[in-house]
Amino acid sequence: MEAHDVDLTAPFGNGTLPNPVTTASGCAGYGRELARFQPLVELGSITTKTIMPYPRAGQPTPRMAETPSGMLNSVGLPGAGIGYFVEHELPWLAERGARVLVSIAGERVEEFAETAQALNGRPGVVGIEANLCCPNVANRGLVFGGNPATSYDVMAAVREVVDPALPVYAKLTPDVTSITEIAAACVRAGADGLSMINTLLGMAIDTTTMRPVLAGLSGGLSGPAVRPVAVRCVYQVHAAMRAGTMPVVPIFGMGGIRTGLDALEFVLAGASGIAVGTTVFNDPSAPLRVLTELRQALAERGFAKFTDAIGFAHHHQGVQP
Amino acid sequence: MAHPLQIRAEVLGITPVGAWRQVLLHAPGVASRVRPGHFAALAVGGSESSMLLRRAFWIHRADPAAETVSLVVAERGRGTRELLRTRVGAAVDLVAPLGTAFPQPAGPMTALFVGAGYGSAPLFPLAEQIAAQGGGVGFILGAGTADQLFGVDAARALTPDVLVTTNDGSAGIKGRVILPLAEAIKAIGAEAVYCCGPRAMLRAVTEVATAEGARCFCAVEEDMACGVGVCNTCVLPVVGEDGVSRFVRSCVDGPCFDGTRVRWDDIGTIPADLDGAAAMGVH
Repeated sequence: MEAHDVDLTAPFGNGTLPNPVTTASGCAGYGRELARFQPLVELGSITTKTIMPYPRAGQPTPRMAETPSGMLNSVGLPGAGIGYFVEHELPWLAERGARVLVSIAGERVEEFAETAQALNGRPGVVGIEANLCCPNVANRGLVFGGNPATSYDVMAAVREVVDPALPVYAKLTPDVTSITEIAAACVRAGADGLSMINTLLGMAIDTTTMRPVLAGLSGGLSGPAVRPVAVRCVYQVHAAMRAGTMPVVPIFGMGGIRTGLDALEFVLAGASGIAVGTTVFNDPSAPLRVLTELRQALAERGFAKFTDAIGFAHHHQGVQP
Repeated sequence: MAHPLQIRAEVLGITPVGAWRQVLLHAPGVASRVRPGHFAALAVGGSESSMLLRRAFWIHRADPAAETVSLVVAERGRGTRELLRTRVGAAVDLVAPLGTAFPQPAGPMTALFVGAGYGSAPLFPLAEQIAAQGGGVGFILGAGTADQLFGVDAARALTPDVLVTTNDGSAGIKGRVILPLAEAIKAIGAEAVYCCGPRAMLRAVTEVATAEGARCFCAVEEDMACGVGVCNTCVLPVVGEDGVSRFVRSCVDGPCFDGTRVRWDDIGTIPADLDGAAAMGVH
């Protein structure tokens, strides 16, 4: 099997994308910067930084700290708001043929819906990803994705207002007791797919100043350090789908993917697509490189079609986690 | 935005310069894209390195004919220590040039260049360009100690107007670069001051230069994870041309800023009038 013979067509919502690789939200801006290192049209899709209804400053600095095989960030979802995005960023992406998965958030359920609705009928948009790791002002600032009920509310509200032809994905936090329970609630609410995982909450303290490193005190941990957690989450949710305890939808797997083999690990666990995130900071050419390496890895293992590898690790597994 | 390349660049030499190291890289295609004030970002270690974040360094020289760039590296931690252990002949992963360069002078002008420590490194290409165009240049080069000075000989080769300061008095005037600044601006009739160094120094130089009626352009050195504009961690509060303050990325909108537009005193906070402050609960 030659690498170029592998059919990379990947499930996406009820449809497909030309290949399974996207960028993880918050690690690729709105595409302009990474377009200097690879043609965006060659990626299956590009997932934007999370967009809110209004301009948002984000956290003060310091916003990040390097940690072993990873980093902590407390950037705080800065952005110019959905109006600016659809007017100034999206047309640029559409002109380049990029397939855009727009990450959205709000501090209230209605704000998710308001942001999502503004994307209906916009050229370039192939789907919406609701970032459930946004603090919910109506619930003491706890993130929506922390429990099934608020996750359900967001996904139902977004699904209701978005063009039925556009898939809506739920981006899940791993900082929960049961990620399958949250995943199932999102799918019951109408989510057409799942993105997992978001960062894990962490903290670093400077032993010289003896104060927290980040201005935001705690931050999201990402990078290869979290990959085993992410693979476990994808495996568990895919297993629940196979067991029939929740409906089957495609999963974007992400968390510390650095190479094609890392990506393959997620696919074998049950991901129908993969996102390259923090690795982009190390290697801005990583998304296209990972795609090339994944195609090679599939060929070496005799997979004629990418879809044949999805969930392969579950075959002949007697015990489910 | 600059148009950077990402390449495997061969290390041609690592040379001590006082307390710092100068790293010469063979970087085909990069040098001709470099403008004064650009920087470079290096990955630490190979594809399995546990240190993911790129380290940013000033481009001191770019030689399109030889296809080389020279960076100045200060050993600050594990990452820079590992980079400086790279053997000559080995390759490093280089992304360069990056950032918004210093604004190009419209014509012959007189400018003062103020550098603290290795912060002098990015000032020389512009100083040499202005001198070559028939303009006037002067330097104030400062550091904590004599061995932390950078580029004093190169500055003296360019102009007799070179002042040196050290905090401990081990070379030149005892004190900081700010001490002789107002006099130096007057002495050469500087229309603009270009400076690079720590925040406190840039803030102080901006204040004095502005008071003396000179423009002030600052090259900032902020912590960054990627250097290319996607991580959003190197932001500073900066007043835009529309008068609105925003957090802007040092790596893309900077590192060279008009010093009067940077809200130095508000770094590390969310000023209430910053665009999007209300969404952070700051009113």
